[in-house]
Amino acid sequence: MRKLTRGEQIFNIFNVLFLFLMIVISIYPMLYVFFAAFSTPSAYMRQGGNKLLFCPVGFSLASFKAVFKNPSIWTGYGSTIFILAVGVPINIVFTMIGAYVLSRKQLRIRRFLSLLILFTMYFSGGMIPIYLNVRNFGLDGSLWALIIPNAINTFNLIIMRTAFEEVPDSLEEAAKLDGASQLTILFKIMVPLVVPTIAVLILYYAVYHWNSWFNAMLFIHKREKYPLQLILRELIIQNSSIFSSELSTSGAEDEMISETIKYATIVVATVPILAAYPFLQKYFVKGIMVGAVKG
Amino acid sequence: MAKTKTVIGSAAVNRKKPLWVRAKRDVTRNWDLYLIILPILVFYAIFHYAPMYGAIIAFENYKPARGILGSEWVGLENFRTFFGTYYFWTLLRNTLRISFTSLLVHFPTEILLAILINELRSKRFARVVQTVTYMPHFISLVVVCGMVLQFTKSNGIITKLFGMNTPMLNNPNLFLPIYVVSDVWQQVGWGSIIYLAALTSIDQELYEAAEIDGAGRFKQTIYITLPGILPTVTVLFIMRIGKVMSLGSDKVLLLYNEAIYDKADVFATYVYRRGIENTDWSYSSAVGLFNSVINLALVVTANTISRRVNQLSIW
Repeated sequence: MRKLTRGEQIFNIFNVLFLFLMIVISIYPMLYVFFAAFSTPSAYMRQGGNKLLFCPVGFSLASFKAVFKNPSIWTGYGSTIFILAVGVPINIVFTMIGAYVLSRKQLRIRRFLSLLILFTMYFSGGMIPIYLNVRNFGLDGSLWALIIPNAINTFNLIIMRTAFEEVPDSLEEAAKLDGASQLTILFKIMVPLVVPTIAVLILYYAVYHWNSWFNAMLFIHKREKYPLQLILRELIIQNSSIFSSELSTSGAEDEMISETIKYATIVVATVPILAAYPFLQKYFVKGIMVGAVKG
Repeated sequence: MAKTKTVIGSAAVNRKKPLWVRAKRDVTRNWDLYLIILPILVFYAIFHYAPMYGAIIAFENYKPARGILGSEWVGLENFRTFFGTYYFWTLLRNTLRISFTSLLVHFPTEILLAILINELRSKRFARVVQTVTYMPHFISLVVVCGMVLQFTKSNGIITKLFGMNTPMLNNPNLFLPIYVVSDVWQQVGWGSIIYLAALTSIDQELYEAAEIDGAGRFKQTIYITLPGILPTVTVLFIMRIGKVMSLGSDKVLLLYNEAIYDKADVFATYVYRRGIENTDWSYSSAVGLFNSVINLALVVTANTISRRVNQLSIW
């Protein structure tokens, strides 16, 4: 390798410094949240908000105690786990079946069906007709309203279809000669060959359900059925004061702890996904490469 | 004759047969495939095409009790009312401004980050930068918006850093910067992954050749790297254009407040308030339908241009 010119050396130094700064910017807001959550509420109120934190102000678990005392965090986790446990398997089975059929070259109207399905990615009836439609099917108020209408994500279907298309035709033909039915071919022969793609889609769907809150706001009306994100919206965005009365009676103290409680709530709701993150990230990265294949 | 077994023969015969005969033949031959895809087609019919049919309430004075077919037909009245209001222009301006600003900030920053990571000599540090910068992508939107609101309220850390003492999101002019910056913070690392993948697939011999010709790293970036990732950029750009009219409405809904409607309100949030909160079904459907149509037109236009210029198309 040739020697670096002076300009290139300077560039390298600045590049490393700049990217190091990027790391700090990416991480620091999350660190701040952690520090605030573990701070003593009154101490945080006195000085924490005014300057950058590099460690908790004092140390207290009071905010976390208050968060864990709040039943809605638990019911929220309950609903979200239900949606994940029931919704993701439905997502995967539906997506696999649709993608498999659309990947079969012997099907003459394959292109036409694909177009019908692709079209829904770029055009929709709009929020209100969709809302009224789900209500007409009697799903309003039920967690199923978050699962069934979102059973298939078209983009994910395309990713899956591409994976099936890459499996050699000869495997299907051989299985057919042995008298295997299409469902047998799909689940016994094709599925084992596309496991990495399925893993990626499980993660995509799981993240979708974990993050989504808007549909829940439309269709879920009872607080005890709210998924976690809707509870979070109430607690950290709509400035709900449901927490404060549980911990103390004096108003001033309420305000103090409600600050740090919000941070503790964020920690409680984010730690599970960030803890899983190191294990999942290789799939995500792989997934985005798969997704790079055009529709 | 119709039962000719040879593949070539049947294809030739098929072309001459009327459509329904061919369709029937296809169904008899592949009945099992049609059978298993039926639930999927039913799903798309019910949850995607039925709402498109339901969108005709935009041309009616819809009353749920009377149903879609029984409600009074008013033609384009809802659209005319909407286009006639001052609000139409506010929404159009805000939607386009927020979307295009994000688009124009996201693309260069993501590409730049990818190139800078790619230029790093230490592959290990490159991996660290990558892993850390895309971590915020996994924090849920509600939590990110919660953090933004906490940091920018009257005694929030960012407000204080800028020496202010009122909630930053009560200032209409600060909405766009806060929206875009927090979005870039959350997505830039994630968005750069795909460009990094494109960068690694560039033929290394091109760089070696350029080196021999005496091109420095900057010139190599301009003449090899950027053209090398152009196809990826184009496809992603079209797909982003396809979301211009709907992108980020979730986030606006979480961040905005009445004080800044004038600068933050977009079509989707307006539809939400008029439709879901005020149950103004027909009017809000008209606004939504207008939004969908513009959206479709944008995708088709972007795709057509790309097909002409780069021979690249997403369908």
